[in-house]
Amino acid sequence: MGRPLTLFQKVWNEHLVTQQPGAPGVLYIDLHLVHEVTSPQAFSSLRERGLTVRRPDRTVATVDHAIPTLPSKDGSVEGRLSWADELCRKQIAQLEENARQFGIRAFGPSADNNGIVHVISPEMGFTQPGMTIVCGDSHTSTHGAFGALAFGIGTSEVSHVLATQCLLQHQPKTCEVRIDGTLGKGVSAKDIILALIAKIGVGGGIGYVLEYSGSAIRALSMEERMTICNMSIEAGARAGMIAPDDTTYEYLAGREFAPKGTDWDAALARWKSLPSDEGAQFDRTVTLDAASLEPMITFGTNPGMGVAVTEKVPTPASLSDESQQAGLEKALNYMGLQAGQAMLGQPVNVVFIGSCTNGRISDLRQAASVMKGRKVAPGMRVLVVPGSKNVKAQAEAEGLDQIFKEAGAEWREAGCSMCIAMNGDQIDPGQYAVSTSNRNFEGRQGKGGRTLLASPLTAAAAAVTGRVTDVRTLLDG
Amino acid sequence: MEPIKIINSRAVSIPQDDIDTDQIIPARFLKVTDKAGLAANLFADWRYQSDGTPKADFILNQPAAQGAQILFTGNNFGCGSSREHAPWALTGFGFKAVIALSFGDIFRNNSLKNGLLPIQVDAATHQKLKDLLEELPRAEWTINLEQQTLTTPDGASVKFEIDTFSKTCLVQGNDELGYLLSFTDQIAAYEAEHQKGVAA
Repeated sequence: MGRPLTLFQKVWNEHLVTQQPGAPGVLYIDLHLVHEVTSPQAFSSLRERGLTVRRPDRTVATVDHAIPTLPSKDGSVEGRLSWADELCRKQIAQLEENARQFGIRAFGPSADNNGIVHVISPEMGFTQPGMTIVCGDSHTSTHGAFGALAFGIGTSEVSHVLATQCLLQHQPKTCEVRIDGTLGKGVSAKDIILALIAKIGVGGGIGYVLEYSGSAIRALSMEERMTICNMSIEAGARAGMIAPDDTTYEYLAGREFAPKGTDWDAALARWKSLPSDEGAQFDRTVTLDAASLEPMITFGTNPGMGVAVTEKVPTPASLSDESQQAGLEKALNYMGLQAGQAMLGQPVNVVFIGSCTNGRISDLRQAASVMKGRKVAPGMRVLVVPGSKNVKAQAEAEGLDQIFKEAGAEWREAGCSMCIAMNGDQIDPGQYAVSTSNRNFEGRQGKGGRTLLASPLTAAAAAVTGRVTDVRTLLDG
Repeated sequence: MEPIKIINSRAVSIPQDDIDTDQIIPARFLKVTDKAGLAANLFADWRYQSDGTPKADFILNQPAAQGAQILFTGNNFGCGSSREHAPWALTGFGFKAVIALSFGDIFRNNSLKNGLLPIQVDAATHQKLKDLLEELPRAEWTINLEQQTLTTPDGASVKFEIDTFSKTCLVQGNDELGYLLSFTDQIAAYEAEHQKGVAA
């Protein structure tokens, strides 16, 4: 028996091609996901240097950030793209051209499996345990839910991976985030991760790969685990990982690009060796009690500025650090909120349900469970944006679209939409949006817009009441 | 990439914590397919009124900031989105170094690939530099990358850490892709050994 290893260490060791003295490791990448916003300059750099894509078979592209989510008037792809501005159209066309030229599989606007990169890759079974996965997108941490080492990279690194299938990486430290206990009614995976970030701060995970463990994590579905790993980056972590288990294998079995037959058996045996060994050492440990969590909401301009919906906005005087006090004052000034005010009852103008954090079918089911038989509050704008075309089709098969439409919400096509507000979906200056996305940064959902991050349940509660509401008061039983 | 050895410059102070890359360059400016013109929109929402006129009180619009190559800031600079447009916009404006208490991981990586030197300092040094900047906002600072020193206008010198590999790349102006390509044979051997021949 060797030294007990963590999940991260096993995946890291397995993928280290070489480690020269005084240099970062050369890490092999199993799956490279590509989207239209962070890749054009990388392909240009390949062209300038006369390089090809080393492993087009390990590269998967989609179009998600810039694509309009307004439905086409005539049902055609051209009709949908006609909503895009010229720059977005150019970026989308460029991705498709680059994929064609370099022989990469692309799920463009006309593909049935199109959608947000972090939704479609797991959905099709590309994302698998033990893999190294990168994408020019910080929310690549999502894929860690499968026990993969997955993280966001910059465009230069996109070109490195395209050309060599490898990346230069310094080995990060490991942090176990142990979450035991049972979640209460109306409390979900989003509340776990918002509570964690509120606890350790947006810089709390810098330099670490987080491994989420404990009974509360084991009880989560794959979609819920993805929500948690997705926002690891919002704590500043390099990546977030969850050891694979039967929930993982059941999710993967039968998916289009998951292994089949004897390949599946071999893969399963490999995957089962991945969980951290008994006695494996982490550089740090953080714990959270699931039973004590409440639905969360953010009040500030980074995802760490969050409280339970029943709590009040903190006062600068309650913070010890001068710089944190200044940060809070600036954030409250931008948000138009008062220190010490209650979050419950805060009026809201917009609700956005979607994104790579919470745009999957279970998220839409949760939102629909609150909105069913209720109406969107007068004057509110509610946007429901499925994370992929498959999520959209499934929701429609279950009649969720009808629930949203009957309530008075807009039912959109798949895409990143109002999470990043590049495609025309945005809030107006000064407006408040309760959003199931991942970032409440200044202007993130539109210049001057004010974002309150929350779960799909809490967002749906805001949609039907017009204000920040404790969803537990709306749930049956 | 332009090599960095010595930087002599005034420093511009935006001493806040947690400045995310959405502030450095808002998402609506990411619809480009090249790297040109991003500097005009560096810190766009802090720098311009809604009609596009510069906000006089924002530091990048003040005369002292013009030509400055050093940015001084707080904790967790460059957190959030992986957009490399952030270092592209900063270097486009003329910055060659950022001094902070800490950096977002991806931003730090991206900076190193674009000739932007991330210098991390401890809390005591940070406070001292912040005070100095308030006292002598227009004085010149000197960064010597080879010696890993930052010399402030009072003549004091602070040593900073940077890993050997990144330092060599910055000093020589090397890009990392060339280094990675030199391992093509090892990569092929790895693929053969680990049966990476089968498509995902």
